[in-house]
Amino acid sequence: MNAFRFLPALGKAAVLLVFTGFVLGPLTVAVFGGFKTNGELRVNPFGIPQQWDFEFYAAMLGDPAFWRYMGNSLIISLLTVFLTLIVSAAAAYVFAQIRFLGSRMMQAYLLAGLVFPFATAILPLFIKVRDLGLLDSYWAVILPQTAFGLSLSIMLFKTFFEQLPKDLFEAAHVEGCGYVRFFWQFTLPLSTPILATVGVFVFVQSWNNFLLPLVVINSRELFTWPLGMMQFRGEYLSEWNRTLAFISLTILPAVAFFIAAQKYIVAGLTGGAVKG
Amino acid sequence: MKMTELAAPGLAPSIRSRGRFTSQTSALLLMLPPALVLFTLFVALPLFDAAYYSLFKWDGYGTPTDFIGLDNFKQALGHAVFWQAVRNTLIVLAVSVFVQLPIALGLALLIYEKTPANTLFRLIFFLPFILAEVASGLIWSFVFDGNTGVAAALFHALGMEPVFILADRHWAFAAITLVVVWKYFGFHMMIYIAALQGVPKEMLEAARLEGAGRWAIVRHVQVPMIASAIGVSVFFSIVGSLQLFDVVIPLTNGGPSNSTHTIVTYLYTFGLTRTRIGFGSAVGVMLFVAAVAFAVLYQRQISKGSRS
Repeated sequence: MNAFRFLPALGKAAVLLVFTGFVLGPLTVAVFGGFKTNGELRVNPFGIPQQWDFEFYAAMLGDPAFWRYMGNSLIISLLTVFLTLIVSAAAAYVFAQIRFLGSRMMQAYLLAGLVFPFATAILPLFIKVRDLGLLDSYWAVILPQTAFGLSLSIMLFKTFFEQLPKDLFEAAHVEGCGYVRFFWQFTLPLSTPILATVGVFVFVQSWNNFLLPLVVINSRELFTWPLGMMQFRGEYLSEWNRTLAFISLTILPAVAFFIAAQKYIVAGLTGGAVKG
Repeated sequence: MKMTELAAPGLAPSIRSRGRFTSQTSALLLMLPPALVLFTLFVALPLFDAAYYSLFKWDGYGTPTDFIGLDNFKQALGHAVFWQAVRNTLIVLAVSVFVQLPIALGLALLIYEKTPANTLFRLIFFLPFILAEVASGLIWSFVFDGNTGVAAALFHALGMEPVFILADRHWAFAAITLVVVWKYFGFHMMIYIAALQGVPKEMLEAARLEGAGRWAIVRHVQVPMIASAIGVSVFFSIVGSLQLFDVVIPLTNGGPSNSTHTIVTYLYTFGLTRTRIGFGSAVGVMLFVAAVAFAVLYQRQISKGSRS
């Protein structure tokens, strides 16, 4: 390799390493920080801990509140995924399979949700949730999250369903299989890739959601983990190591999930990019 | 069914189509309403409610009766903090589109080819996108902390007095935009990588044979070929910038002295936490109008682009 080719390669490697440092730097600092005493954090914020102090991680892991926050988030996320998949797949199936008066209008209506920011109507949404008597319950988070996820999921499902072979339905129909049963018996089992992709995205969004739970949940018993973490930070303002341990313990499952589900995440992104 | 078909061939289709009609009707009645009801209840109605509430002075209790016309809008438009929030939101938008996207595109061009090393870099760069905004914000608020943070150590190493970046009116918002870039550039990079992998190899080969250099290929072949992906990522950038909230709360909570609000943190702080539902709704309505205006502009650009 001559110098003419070597220099660009070196430049490329340098750029990639700088950005790797930029991305991973803060994360490693956080993970290490959870092992340091406050005194060490002050003098050695980014290095490897001189003394590995497991106290703060152990305290977090032994704290029932931590597990309750994680449990609440898990329940809310799983129910949101389940509901979003069923409701939007059913609607998308009708749009893809049945021609009826008003179909286009209803699709336009449901897809309008893609355009406007969730936050614009957060105050009336709070009032609505309150008037329905749902305030301070899992459903206060699950139902609006599902509703706001519908536009994108219906769009993705409909595109996928339209690509499924049409003959299959005709054959099943001759055998006396109706639309609803066909949906359960054939369409859904054939759609596992798209179900997984949409499911992964909805799950991540729900798991990380902050604004909605902040507005509709009051009691600490029902706090999701982002709420719990902010509360925790407020209580231990001067003890960064405790907060960093908390953060790190939530990053690890996220990273594990990301590595396990990256196939579907990438599929979701490319699906979106191709369509635009 | 089979029997009738054999016995009276002429009759069968109408029976079958009647069966199909009932089956269609029951599918329509069973499968569409859940989506329509949820969407109407939690997306569409609150939007109309926002328009209605915005005309009242209302704390959210009882029914709104104190009609004040456009006063809420006038109050917001006369509030210096509101304009600061608008300015900040526009800054985020500009940084997202003009700093973050070129970085994302540059990195995508470096690592779009499928090699093991590239896959690893791709995963690393995409990682922040998957992490919660609140967690990211807290991590960075530690990094920026003037007492114990990384920034403090950096200042010490340079022999300078540490600056409390997040408590500094001049620097706090710049710090927030840095975190926004950190959090989202990988997402846009992935969109570009997917599109770049779709560019036919023969085109690049042909350009190379004609003597085009690396830069010429990027400018005249690759970037034009992924124009629609760039369009998508610009759209996501804009919509995302308009509703930036989660990252700001753990970093500055809108401070110091209200200098780092975005439109949504402004809406939350001055609308909800002070139970001024009417006022907050008015801000929401303005945000909605801005989002729709951007979407329409975007559509125009897209259709203009595809026509030429």
